[in-house]
Amino acid sequence: MEKQSSAEYIINIKNLDLFYGKFQALIAVDMLAQKNMITALIGPSGCGKSTLLRCLNRMNDLIRGVKITGKIEINNLDIYSKSTDVTELRKNVGMVFQRPNPFPLSIYDNVVYGLRVAGIRNKTELDEIAEKSLRGAWLWDQVKDKLNHPGLELPLDQQQRLCIARLLAVQPEVILMDEPCSSLDPIATMKIEELMIELKKEYTIVIVTHNMQQASRVSDFTGYMLLGEMIEFDKTVNIFTRPANKLTEEYISGKYG
Amino acid sequence: MKLVGEKGVQRILMITALSAISSLLLIALFIFSEGLPFIFKYGAGNFLLANEWDPNTGHFGIFPMIMSSVWVTLGAMVVGAPLGIAGAIFLSEYASPIIMKIVKPTIELLAAIPSVVYGFIGVMVLAPVIRNNLGGPGLSLLAGCIILGIMILPTVISISIDSILAVPRSYREGSLALGATTWQTTHMVTIKAARSGIVASIILGLGRAIGETMAVIMVAGNSVNIPNSALDSVRTLTANIALEMSYATGMHREALFATGVILFIIIMILNSIASVAIRNRNAKK
Repeated sequence: MEKQSSAEYIINIKNLDLFYGKFQALIAVDMLAQKNMITALIGPSGCGKSTLLRCLNRMNDLIRGVKITGKIEINNLDIYSKSTDVTELRKNVGMVFQRPNPFPLSIYDNVVYGLRVAGIRNKTELDEIAEKSLRGAWLWDQVKDKLNHPGLELPLDQQQRLCIARLLAVQPEVILMDEPCSSLDPIATMKIEELMIELKKEYTIVIVTHNMQQASRVSDFTGYMLLGEMIEFDKTVNIFTRPANKLTEEYISGKYG
Repeated sequence: MKLVGEKGVQRILMITALSAISSLLLIALFIFSEGLPFIFKYGAGNFLLANEWDPNTGHFGIFPMIMSSVWVTLGAMVVGAPLGIAGAIFLSEYASPIIMKIVKPTIELLAAIPSVVYGFIGVMVLAPVIRNNLGGPGLSLLAGCIILGIMILPTVISISIDSILAVPRSYREGSLALGATTWQTTHMVTIKAARSGIVASIILGLGRAIGETMAVIMVAGNSVNIPNSALDSVRTLTANIALEMSYATGMHREALFATGVILFIIIMILNSIASVAIRNRNAKK
């Protein structure tokens, strides 16, 4: 990798091992993610890419029997240290899920949920941020006249953008996306991809995807994972045109996976 | 050799299923045919709203009993619903699966304890405590509320747990991922999503409380009056039927059947509301 000394790293994963009980799901993973870049994680099912993503906002804490060793720093803070406030971390590192999961509340209540959780009650402030966040997720025009309708009434792609708006409202630095387009049709997918490229101006994005073309379209850096190991991590162009590792090359060219 | 063919099995099972429905129909028919004529003869207003119940002088006003049943049932809800819902939230959202595995069946076992045992404990333990600390006869509305409140716990807890656990995991994950605490997630998302099931659990609990007879007879004191305080002795609709049926004749007997009609209608209404609430819950997903 060429001259990265000047780049600003926001995520730094060092020698990360993760066990589900006796099963080791991540093996000595290292990864760096740059600020305002899209980093994609690809690899066949069960390679640990989603698990790795869920380490970054400690969603794996919810699963019993998970043990983690190694280090993850976000903004130079060790997120697994004892002094870390997990709820603060999750406000700073937001997550978009595979299936759109708006709450069974109104569109408005969905967007301001994170703010209310953080204790903000001021109506004007909530209204302002709600509009800004919905605009940021390219959803304002579609929903501005029905903010009190249930979020679950929207079509799937708008639901997913509602989930993105919900994140933007709490102004995270990092947005994690766990196969955000896997339940969407190609047109909706394209829209989300365009949105991601817009969002990276202000946010750092890490995306897990099954779809190699998607990784090559949107990401700046790509990590290829296999059976819990980070096989190769490089600029996306390099991974897709001249991968250094034989395994990566075989996966990219569709020999397995 | 096959003794009964597939068709035969089907027919036998259908007959057993029908017998359950037909017994419900027969009971309804019997109670209504015995009770309704009395209500028309005596006058619904006189029957439901008059205060005096004295079969010897031909007075059959069940208003005190209706009020007693209502108060006992509401009181049971005040005791049982918060305890039950809090318990359900703890077990489904906070407790480890092992604790859930031990505690939930134990709570459901509460439903298997005969009501006479609840009544016995009420008489021996609860009534003296109330008498000595709060005054009054001890056997009272308050004792009835507490005992019934405990008796409806299994219903409230197990149906609430089922509806809370039916809330998709993705709601919880979405909330936690926005930096909400478990408690914020529980009361802002999970409980809201499970609301209709929780309401159904309370209504089914109410149905159980208003229909309960033995425990109430033992602990509530059974004087016919409209309660002025929680320490008064009261007689519920169910208790009235059970206490007097053995020696009632003529009009008196018909009046008791008519009381049964009123109970039947109340419980039917409660159960219908509960099943609508449960259906709403299922329709939402």
